[in-house]
Amino acid sequence: MAVTLDPSEKDAGSKEGKKRHGRKQGVPELIFGDLWEYDPAPETADPRIRQRYDLFIGGRFVAPQSGEYFESINPATEQRVTEIALANSADVDSAYVAAQLAFETVWRTMPGRERGKYIYRIARLLQDRAREFAVAESIDGGKPIKESRDFDVPMAAAHFFYHAGWADKLDYVAPGRTVNPIGVVGQVIPWNFPLLMLAWKIAPALAAGNCVVLKPAETTSATAMKFAELLQEAELPDGVVNIVTGAGETGAALTGHPAARKIAFTGSTEVGKIIMRQLAERGTRMSLELGGKAANIVFEDAPIDQAIEGVVNGIFFNQGHVCCGGSRLLVQESIADSFVHKLQQRMDSLRVGDPLDKNTDVGAINSREQLNKICELVESGVSEGAKLYQPSCSLPTRGFFFRPTLFTEVTQSHRIAREEIFGPVLSILTFRTMDEAIEKANNTMYGLSAGVWTDKGSRILRMAAELKAGVVWANTFNKFDPASPFGGYKESGFGREGGRQGLLDYVELS
Amino acid sequence: MTARIPVVKTPKVYVGGAFIRSESGRTFPVYDSGGQFVANIPQCTRKDLRNAVEAAAKAGPGWSGRTAYNRGQIVYRLAEMLEARADELTGVLRQFSPAWTSAAEREVSETVDRLVHYAGWADKYEQVLGSANSVAAPFFNFTLTEPMGVVGIIASDSFPLLGLVTQIAVAIVSGNTIVALASEAIPYPAITLGEMLATSDLPNGVVNILTGYRKELVPTFSSHTHIRGIDAVAAGDAATALRRGAADSVKRVKIRQPDIDWSAASNESVYEIRNFVEFKTVWHPIGA
Repeated sequence: MAVTLDPSEKDAGSKEGKKRHGRKQGVPELIFGDLWEYDPAPETADPRIRQRYDLFIGGRFVAPQSGEYFESINPATEQRVTEIALANSADVDSAYVAAQLAFETVWRTMPGRERGKYIYRIARLLQDRAREFAVAESIDGGKPIKESRDFDVPMAAAHFFYHAGWADKLDYVAPGRTVNPIGVVGQVIPWNFPLLMLAWKIAPALAAGNCVVLKPAETTSATAMKFAELLQEAELPDGVVNIVTGAGETGAALTGHPAARKIAFTGSTEVGKIIMRQLAERGTRMSLELGGKAANIVFEDAPIDQAIEGVVNGIFFNQGHVCCGGSRLLVQESIADSFVHKLQQRMDSLRVGDPLDKNTDVGAINSREQLNKICELVESGVSEGAKLYQPSCSLPTRGFFFRPTLFTEVTQSHRIAREEIFGPVLSILTFRTMDEAIEKANNTMYGLSAGVWTDKGSRILRMAAELKAGVVWANTFNKFDPASPFGGYKESGFGREGGRQGLLDYVELS
Repeated sequence: MTARIPVVKTPKVYVGGAFIRSESGRTFPVYDSGGQFVANIPQCTRKDLRNAVEAAAKAGPGWSGRTAYNRGQIVYRLAEMLEARADELTGVLRQFSPAWTSAAEREVSETVDRLVHYAGWADKYEQVLGSANSVAAPFFNFTLTEPMGVVGIIASDSFPLLGLVTQIAVAIVSGNTIVALASEAIPYPAITLGEMLATSDLPNGVVNILTGYRKELVPTFSSHTHIRGIDAVAAGDAATALRRGAADSVKRVKIRQPDIDWSAASNESVYEIRNFVEFKTVWHPIGA
């Protein structure tokens, strides 16, 4: 089997994949793969990314006290996109000072109705500049333009619009109690949905009357800094939102800062635990949205074509860099062979490549480090005995790319069935009965999301009740909305984002 | 003719619906407020705690699977059991704490009232905490709560009855099951409470109460993976250790200060219940 696991060998492809088209049982089949040349359809809007970004503290861009900058590259070309300031603990400290000042002098006393207007302004400005932000997001992070254009940016704007409306209605968040802002909240977000995660964090915090110190991920800070420019256009009072950039050390300074009254973190379970230990003594409030290993469960009576689309979307959306991605497919044994076959056919038609091309389905892996991690786990899948399938699509010669991948003959003890891969890799297991499906689905330390595909209403509701996960998608997958609370069970974290429940995690009750 | 010798009760802890000694055979003496020896009570071990967690985990699906109406009635039934034995409880509180009779009586009546309060929440909190969500696409989208599972309780030395019962009531109305560590200073009321739990309609294993030393048991409370939430009265290093241990399994931890006033009205709140539930959001397309 000619399987390429080494990212440097891009063109070998999978012979297995090509052969498979020949042995279908007499049914004509559309053959995709690389048989058709698509004309490039690049998005060409100017992303307006500056050559260098300073820190955003107290409403101004300020040079880092560290004096250091680091490069942010385009993962699809490995070329430099911009240069980002490296915040040290003194910078983080200034950000907290600015936030605390803004909280005490402006933001906490401003009537909710006025606060809301600022947040509405942010939503509108983001909508105005949606195209520019989408291109910047795809360049900096590697996600396909159709996703950043149709999902990330509009959804980010929607989060601001939704939460803006809460600002003067906080009395309805917790009936029977009075709600107050918490103070300054420290927020750390991941690289998979840079602008959207920023919106999930900042919008509810501001609506509730809190001020913010936020750190984007080091590989994807560009749209956060563009967002800072947008805050200036919105004339948001200085210091209400402060953005500091850097890697782990900056993050540790941010989460450990004594002025933080709450820490909101989205990222890996590993780092989530480190933050919990770091804050154990101080007892700072936290909400953590951590890793996942979602089961996407397909019963034999499922609407198969929709399920195929749902499974594909569940794992290949955003190159699989999705904490709630459906990375374990549990398919009922009676339909497993035909379902897997259809899935492979569908995978053959996925277009992997230039994130800025409007036809691209799967873009670039966010960083070399992440690509290496994916390769390492996929190798473990092969060496532990699972059977690998990859379509034979060609990959660009530069940049970080990985073929959509699925594994059959996976057992529950395989690493690829237990660990979060955070890449376009699907592990397929089978089940016979509903109870077996439930047990396998719940057999994980994670509990972020799950999917169920069946035509039977009562089965959906039973599965929804039994699956230990914070979000259950029935006959759909990877759907999000600002009004819909999102968050995990077990080691996928705690606290919710979105909806009234999410807002309640940003207030103090008295 | 000799006077009748009274029969003295051997205090045992209530675990899995049975009254047991510590597996270790260890005990520690308890004295009344005047310093008189009263009895030896079980000095439970980490192994006892693990057994209790097992009992609680086993009871979980059955208890959370009951209807909310049924859970409400059972918690209400517990209030009835306590009211009927109010004198006994008052006597125990007076015996072990320097409280005046009136204070002990008040603690008992507040305990009963607290149970009645939470019994009434069983089939109502969902409508306050959950929601139907208007999403911007054709989906039926709703958020409801589920119990966390096994909740560990570390009780306070002040209000050794009211505090413990509040912590228990808050967590069990939503379907959690409990492993509780009684007040170390005044453990006896928890022993008596166990006897009342046994005569309520609570299924075996829903509430398990241990007695023993905090120092010995609290680390296991925080590190035990199957305990999903902790409601602890703790401060300083103990609170830090609990939170740190909880990190290993991303446990939900609620720390209450030792000077907590358990009689305050704020202890009766749907947001107390909220501390020990998980929110689950379900999506389904609307269409043919």
